[in-house]
Amino acid sequence: MNKRIYLDHSATTYTKPEVLEEMLPVFNEYFGNPSSIYSYGREAKRLVDKARDRVAKALNALPEEIFFTAGGSEADNWALRGVAYANKERGNHIITSKIEHHAILHTCQQLEKEGFKVTYLPVDKYGMVSLEDLKNSITDETILISIMYANNEIGTIQPIDEIGKIAKESKIYFHTDAVQAVGNIKIDVKEQNIDLLSLSAHKFYGPKGVGALYIKKGTRITNLITGGGQERGRRAGTENVPGIVGLGKAIELATENIDSYNEKLLKLRTKLINGIMERIPYTLVNGHPEKRLPGNANFCFKYIEGESLLLNLDMKGIAASSGSACTSGSLDPSHVLLAIGLPHEIAHGSLRLTLGEENTEEDIDYVLEVLPEIVQRLRDMSPLYEKVKGGNQ
Amino acid sequence: MYSEKVMEHFTTPRNVGEIKDADGIGEVGNAKCGDIMKIYLKIENDIIKDVKFKTFGCGAAIATSSIATELIKGKTVEEALKLTNKAVVEALDGLPPQKIHCSVLAEEAVKAAIEDYKKKHNK
Ligand SMILES: Cc1ncc(COP(=O)(O)O)c(C=O)c1O
Ligand SMILES: [Zn+2]
Repeated sequence: MNKRIYLDHSATTYTKPEVLEEMLPVFNEYFGNPSSIYSYGREAKRLVDKARDRVAKALNALPEEIFFTAGGSEADNWALRGVAYANKERGNHIITSKIEHHAILHTCQQLEKEGFKVTYLPVDKYGMVSLEDLKNSITDETILISIMYANNEIGTIQPIDEIGKIAKESKIYFHTDAVQAVGNIKIDVKEQNIDLLSLSAHKFYGPKGVGALYIKKGTRITNLITGGGQERGRRAGTENVPGIVGLGKAIELATENIDSYNEKLLKLRTKLINGIMERIPYTLVNGHPEKRLPGNANFCFKYIEGESLLLNLDMKGIAASSGSACTSGSLDPSHVLLAIGLPHEIAHGSLRLTLGEENTEEDIDYVLEVLPEIVQRLRDMSPLYEKVKGGNQ
Repeated sequence: MYSEKVMEHFTTPRNVGEIKDADGIGEVGNAKCGDIMKIYLKIENDIIKDVKFKTFGCGAAIATSSIATELIKGKTVEEALKLTNKAVVEALDGLPPQKIHCSVLAEEAVKAAIEDYKKKHNK
């Protein structure tokens, strides 16, 4: 095997050469601590400030509203805990959805143990929350709504503008986990009434382990990481300057190229989805038909299991992911696939292909060539398929 | 994460298929938990002459099904009943801890098929 095709851009992306180029001198040339007063420190500080400006510009936020973190998970943890603790005398109720990333869900579960009440909004078969449900869930005690911008598994994009309006009218803070959205969707935090937003550089061709939380000026929030006075006293720890520089460059590139990137991915994705649906029977496409991330394709192939599918694809050089239980190490398949109403046995056969910058039409042709054979081979081995063939085909 | 032996059995599983006039059939697991294994036995004079399987499941489930059929082929029914999950895992040079639960199916499926055989043949 020499051919390798990466189709897991929602898991992570490579770091673009232009991004790496800006990062490299920060490791050895501009290595100062941004808190130091001498020139080394001032140089590093300037680089951090420049990155902050770039992030602010990409979101239409103010630079002083951007706080760097060690990634999306930290930003999510900070937004939830910080707002919950700072506003607990106003109320103890948080609204989120059933299909959030574990960085949100597990933090909410922890907050429940600490006495907060959490409503997990259901979603429809496309993975969409209902605005009616949201409105009906709001009580006098509600202090925070946290709904993800776009889902990492099925790609569904939530009605963020409308949620922002509802939150604003009800005077409730609105946080969105935009880790999968940044670089794929144009975001304007002012226009969209977003109070807090999480992002992570490695999802848009930046480095891993660095992200940011946008916190609208005036938001009541406690600190999560305590210690030194970095990030204007809000997030302790010597800054990951190379990472922050990389994040800044990556978000600038991503926002500049967002239209052409979208167009490219959409074209490839249409070819991929149509091609698979034409070639492989007993297949479902998960997620919303239109309101979905441009590079996201998510399928369930009935009668087979996701991990064996991934292993077979890997042997053919294709990197993909699945929401099957056996890939997660638990007995249950992905909570997202269950939330959109799929039965367990179908959710086990899921495959997520997420496209990116370097993918080509030939890559899609290759997938369309090898995937049907793999699915058929596994079906021929499956006792579930045997019943279908014998019965109601 | 899987041993070479597991991958080898996963990529070229032995004894996949069905036996039309099987003397015993065992099906265990359920689609809800993600792994189902079905074993077919052809038995003559208490000796397992042929065995085939079909499995819906992960890499570990398919590899354990495959090796279990190899371990019991040619054995007597009594010997096959002694097949343990531990023996299956050892024959595969081990499995990751979170995958052990997938391997118990093989032992259970063999036992279920033999039980079916005994019932059908009044043994
Ligand atoms: C929607 C979503 N939120 C949060 C995260 C966590 O981000 P990070 O890996 O940067 O901590 C991810 C990454 O997988 C994600 O997809
Ligand atoms: Zn398994």
